[in-house]
Amino acid sequence: MRLHFTSARMVVAPLLLGIAVLALWQLAVVALEIKPFVLPGPAAIADQFFGNIDNVWTASAVTGWNALVGLVLGAIAGVLFATLAAVWPVLDELSAPIVAALAVIPIVALAPVLYTMYGAGAETARQIIAAIAVFIPVYLNSLRGFRQVRPVHRELMHVYAASGIQTARNVTLPSSLPFIFTGLRIASSLAVISALIAEYFGGPVGGLGKSITSAASSSNYSLAWAYVLGSILVGLVFYSITLGLEKFVSRHRPTP
Amino acid sequence: MTRKDSLPVTDAHAVKVTGVSRIFSIKKKPPVTALESVDLTVAPGEFVSLIGPSGCGKSTLLRLIADLDQPTAGTIEVFGKTARKARIDQDYGIAFQQAGLLPWRTVRANIELPLELHKVGTAERRSRSTELLELVGLGDFGDSYPDQLSGGMQQRVAIARALAESPNLLLMDEPFGALDEMTRERMQNELIRICAETRAAVVFVTHSIPEAVFLSDRVVVMSPRPGRIRSVLPIRLGGPDDRSEHIREDAAFFDGVSAVRESLHGTPDTGNARGVDTR
Ligand SMILES: Nc1ncnc2c1ncn2[C@@H]1O[C@H](COP(=O)(O)OP(=O)(O)OP(=O)(O)O)[C@@H](O)[C@H]1O
Ligand SMILES: [Mg+2]
Repeated sequence: MRLHFTSARMVVAPLLLGIAVLALWQLAVVALEIKPFVLPGPAAIADQFFGNIDNVWTASAVTGWNALVGLVLGAIAGVLFATLAAVWPVLDELSAPIVAALAVIPIVALAPVLYTMYGAGAETARQIIAAIAVFIPVYLNSLRGFRQVRPVHRELMHVYAASGIQTARNVTLPSSLPFIFTGLRIASSLAVISALIAEYFGGPVGGLGKSITSAASSSNYSLAWAYVLGSILVGLVFYSITLGLEKFVSRHRPTP
Repeated sequence: MTRKDSLPVTDAHAVKVTGVSRIFSIKKKPPVTALESVDLTVAPGEFVSLIGPSGCGKSTLLRLIADLDQPTAGTIEVFGKTARKARIDQDYGIAFQQAGLLPWRTVRANIELPLELHKVGTAERRSRSTELLELVGLGDFGDSYPDQLSGGMQQRVAIARALAESPNLLLMDEPFGALDEMTRERMQNELIRICAETRAAVVFVTHSIPEAVFLSDRVVVMSPRPGRIRSVLPIRLGGPDDRSEHIREDAAFFDGVSAVRESLHGTPDTGNARGVDTR
């Protein structure tokens, strides 16, 4: 019963708050006669969102796909590199400055360079930007995970004369999976943000980023906000799925 | 499961430790002599306990036998082979001081781990783990995960895992340390029974004098800094088929306890040595 009570509180309370905020927002926009270019009301945005649902959906699919490709490529590269760095620590030491540099520079700053490299008509540049943004947290968290293997587990596999592959499959990977998935969860939001922001710097039209800018430049502010709403939803979907995966792989681990 | 066929028919020792020293050198610190010229033999089927104050090198000695560490000097043979060869041939089962279960595997899957690694078929694994779960009194917990079990229950799973391949040699590092007194005595009785059945040799580290006396054929008393063998006391209570509960009440049992205690303290009965309880 208590579980029901708390989950009801966890769902109902934010929902009520959200509705209250939306109502106040709408009230403020109407009562204070706020101009749409300053802030359109939620009703207007919802109107545009559902009125242009096909366009929002197509744009979301374009940006979402770029983010997904980036997420998958970046994650594979991140786990792969972390594996190599765990096997040869020298690699970790050598690459540490590059990783640190990549972690602090805003990756989207590379967008103009990549557009000239891969041509402004292709989505490649955006996918690469998402992949680089994803690589960093996945790499760092995976490497940390690989180092979390408890000595007693490693010794156990030694005692059983287990092969390298058996050790990796039965001990190293399960120990580090929660860490890898924490990295993926952080990376999933970054992938969407990077893919979207990269659109502001050029490339083909059709994605959420381009749609926001073009709606805004034609003074259709409510439509621009409808695309923003679409971006929020895409980000939420990415985040929820990776959060769910993280929870799933961590289910039998006491939270550290 | 049948017993390993690899057991040499010769009367080779189960364990033969000759002149073994282990010195830990840590940077910028004086080296620690954990073991110094230790000689010890364990016959096949023999039960030998190592007892001594905390830090006297009991775990270190066990780890050397298990090939988890290499001696600084001296040699170690297990069934006439090097420790490394014996490990690769899976001649021993081990239960660590910490249970060391894999938290993402069920209790049953933990027990089946060594069998799985050594390519034992599913059906055979299943029947063996069922047998072992019953043995350690966890028949209803096969599908639980280790973090749903108490510390003592986890330790019992670890013991079942060590027994999974019916090894000819069991290495146990304070396996009953986390158990309550009642479970502990039950596990001791079970261990005696298992050893009688499988005729496995056991090297058993403990802090409890009565436990060592009850279980052992011989008790090895160790002294700390540097870790040395102070004395080896032949104990062996009861006849070959009569090692049941009641010997805990025998005069011979109390004589054994006194003998070990005296050896530990150097002098007759002067209270507790550090790290050794007299339960
Ligand atoms: N890996 C290591 N590095 C450095 N010193 C070590 C290492 N392992 C053990 N020692 C030292 O060797 C000595 C013996 O340790 P060991 O763990 O064998 O003791 P023990 O008899 O098992 O003690 P306890 O009964 O508390 O488990 C200790 O002084 C310890 O500090
Ligand atoms: Mg110890």
